Amino acid sequence: MTKVKTHLNRRSFLKLGAAGSAGLMLQFSWFSSLAMENPTMEGAWDLNGYIKIATDGTVTIASPNPEVGQNVKTSMPMIVAEELDVNWKDVLVEQAPLNTAIFTRQIAGGSNSIKESWDSLRMAGATARHMLVQAAAAAWKVPASEIDVTLGIISHEESGKNATFGEMASAASQIKVPTEVEVKNIKDFKIIRHSQKNVDGPGITTGKAVFGLDVYSENMVFASIVSPPAFGVKLKSFDASEALSMNGIYDVFTINAYPEDFERGRFDISAFPELIVITGDSTWRIMKAKKTIKAEWSAFDSYAVKFLGQDTKEQVPAGKESTENHYSEMIQKSKENAKQVRKDGNPEKAFSEATKVIERSYTAPYLAHSPLEPLNFYANVTADKAELIGPIQTPEYMEKSVARRLGMTLEQVDIQMTRIGGGFGRKLYGHYLLEAAVISQKIKRPVKLMYTREDDMTFGAYRPTYQASFRAALDKDNNMIAFHVKTGGIPESPLYANRFPAGTVDNYLAESWAIESNITTAAFRAPRSNFMGAVEQSFLDEVAELAGKDPIDFRLELFDRAIKNPVGKNNDYEANRYAGVLKLVREKSNWETPKPGISRGVAAYYCHNSYVASVVDLRMEEGKPIIENVYCGVDCGIVVNPIAASNMVEGGSVDGIGHALYSLLTIKDGVPQQSNYNDYHLIRNNDAPRDVEVHFVDSDIHPTGLGEPPFAPAIAALANALYKDTGKRYYHQPFMVDIESMYLQEKESV
Amino acid sequence: MAVYSINVNGTTHQVDVDSDTPILWVLRDNLRLLGTKYGCGIAHCGVCTVHLDGEAIRSCAYPISAIENKKIVTIEGLSESGDHPVQKAWIEHDVPQCGYCQAGQIMTAASLLEQNSNPSDDEIRRAMNGNICRCATYTRINRAIKTAAKEM
Repeated sequence: MTKVKTHLNRRSFLKLGAAGSAGLMLQFSWFSSLAMENPTMEGAWDLNGYIKIATDGTVTIASPNPEVGQNVKTSMPMIVAEELDVNWKDVLVEQAPLNTAIFTRQIAGGSNSIKESWDSLRMAGATARHMLVQAAAAAWKVPASEIDVTLGIISHEESGKNATFGEMASAASQIKVPTEVEVKNIKDFKIIRHSQKNVDGPGITTGKAVFGLDVYSENMVFASIVSPPAFGVKLKSFDASEALSMNGIYDVFTINAYPEDFERGRFDISAFPELIVITGDSTWRIMKAKKTIKAEWSAFDSYAVKFLGQDTKEQVPAGKESTENHYSEMIQKSKENAKQVRKDGNPEKAFSEATKVIERSYTAPYLAHSPLEPLNFYANVTADKAELIGPIQTPEYMEKSVARRLGMTLEQVDIQMTRIGGGFGRKLYGHYLLEAAVISQKIKRPVKLMYTREDDMTFGAYRPTYQASFRAALDKDNNMIAFHVKTGGIPESPLYANRFPAGTVDNYLAESWAIESNITTAAFRAPRSNFMGAVEQSFLDEVAELAGKDPIDFRLELFDRAIKNPVGKNNDYEANRYAGVLKLVREKSNWETPKPGISRGVAAYYCHNSYVASVVDLRMEEGKPIIENVYCGVDCGIVVNPIAASNMVEGGSVDGIGHALYSLLTIKDGVPQQSNYNDYHLIRNNDAPRDVEVHFVDSDIHPTGLGEPPFAPAIAALANALYKDTGKRYYHQPFMVDIESMYLQEKESV
Repeated sequence: MAVYSINVNGTTHQVDVDSDTPILWVLRDNLRLLGTKYGCGIAHCGVCTVHLDGEAIRSCAYPISAIENKKIVTIEGLSESGDHPVQKAWIEHDVPQCGYCQAGQIMTAASLLEQNSNPSDDEIRRAMNGNICRCATYTRINRAIKTAAKEM
């Protein structure tokens, strides 16, 4: 058994009100020093959770983190239940409240929920189990070491005594909280590693599960925003006389959600600080009336935005930008000097002495996150309290922003988490929550703010647009002797300089650049990795081909080098685990012998602490790829809940493939050119891979997340498979633009 | 404004709304039947799917004035206790991720199986193509429909 320190004390235990007659309520609190992988999310977070055992035997386990589809509402309580030794069928799960005094790191982001909470959730269960056993030992006057706990029954074999958790809960609440407890040996897991269905499955399939959009109160006002028509403009004036004459419209006014002197938090992005708001008695009436509002907008001058804890303000540039110009600016920038981030050996010498050199460039466009549940929040702000209910990935960040903006204390701000109808990073940025709070404070009524799909898609923020140029050099024996990546984007560079193939090649150079913009962007599923993983792994497929090597063998040779004799320091991956997923997918896909008529491609990537290798099998049919299968080899350490973990990898793979094939958000003179699902193409059922087969590496390593890691390797495996079939490489996302034009050319030439 | 009589899940309601109000917003804002979702407002994503006399329609783009005497069934009324074969198959395959689109997926699937109790893979994909799942659970959706078909 492994002993873990509990960091619990009597005071923190009692603070929550153990309430003897009501049973045992355990609260645990400790500090986790592990920072999130994504460096832009700085700092470290605590994590807390709690168990309630009622005297009637009901065991309620709270799930601390926002549920955005990653299924933590099932998997986090499973970890607690495992150590508690309760029967999973007897567990009720509830969404924990946001309480920064007790809970911390209540965030859905960075694929980090399970990784960051693993020890804490285990300790919570083990601590409660320990106290129940101690209570039984005292009651039965037997040594605690002789007591067994199985499926929620406490028993002592020799005396024949036994009790349910409910019967011991009250006594257990009086037991001294241990300073350390034993957690289980991993091989003894009975709940973890065994598939448990989504606890909200019955609610979701009957329409009863509550999402943010489903929050209604009796006297609330419906509200909608009229956002500016373009990036780069601000409100000059507006005429709402027609709207105000329409049935059910209460008012049209402006709010300044983010005043110039407001110190924004990490997730307070907003391209449009001042907004027109319309309120009314129903959603449909305000949707109709807002279209009649005539507003004048004028170009703004560059202005500065203050962020909390930053000495210098961030400058927002003026101008109406266009995708067309963005691409030419990126290409220009890729030819200029850039910031050197990592250099090993002497790359220029190696390139000049190489037998073969290959150089390729890649781009990817803006993407709209477009979760199906649009941005929305319910707010009821009174003189002394702000009650906010809805979908938010970063409730603890937004609690602070709202408190500052409304002039309230943190205790006065109560954010309640509903299920989130998709986020993909978009709902990390809670400006919509803050806007709802500002509206409610202004009109002194409860309000439900809903963005229409068009508002959601055109307001920003987007996945940044990126460009990358790669060079690789081979010697006469086809060994890769130099690798050069130079990459950037608008407004950020996607570079991870210490990732593969850094560490596997003697001469390595990584350079970075960025172009500023007034188009707001936001972390999008596997931020930056969603591009870098895809293009790096496409490029390496070409390098392997140039070297005359099988793409898996080529990578395994590189990992072998990194295992035996790594180059440089701070290589950000474990080469043996990387090689492991490739070997697994090679075996499971029967790599050497693809099915007749099928073209296949492979890729592997490490991000957000997990390793995924993908093989895509496809064939072309009338200019359209039919993806027959995606095979995934995955190493995320211990697989907490296999059926849900597999679901994440299946969805992440299809999502990556869908965006790389179809999705495109363009800007012209500051105006987003796509605004709804009729012109913004998301992958649909008929385009989706026919099957996704997921295989996990059997591992006892501390578990890591799966929301993000499958996304990028699926894209590269797709691109590499498309090359096998069409004989053409795909350098620019979305690939369907090239695929369609090629298909049309072929048809015309026949 | 006008008073409309609307039969939802076997119960008749009188609602006083604008004649162009989509059924979606009558269900949500007036009747507080919240299982039917809003996603796009232009019948392009399928999250608002309900049955109108058994046929799957996009309630976000179907005005109440066009309803005549047809009966509406929403996800809340698909079965008494969540045990329609499609609902059961959804649980068996643990289909949902975020879950927001799933009521619409289930309503489209149930309508498909009413009309074709043994659809081919191709027929399933085509019938379900109007329902976006942003979490991309398509392979599980299609497997669940196959399972449900066996019970229909």
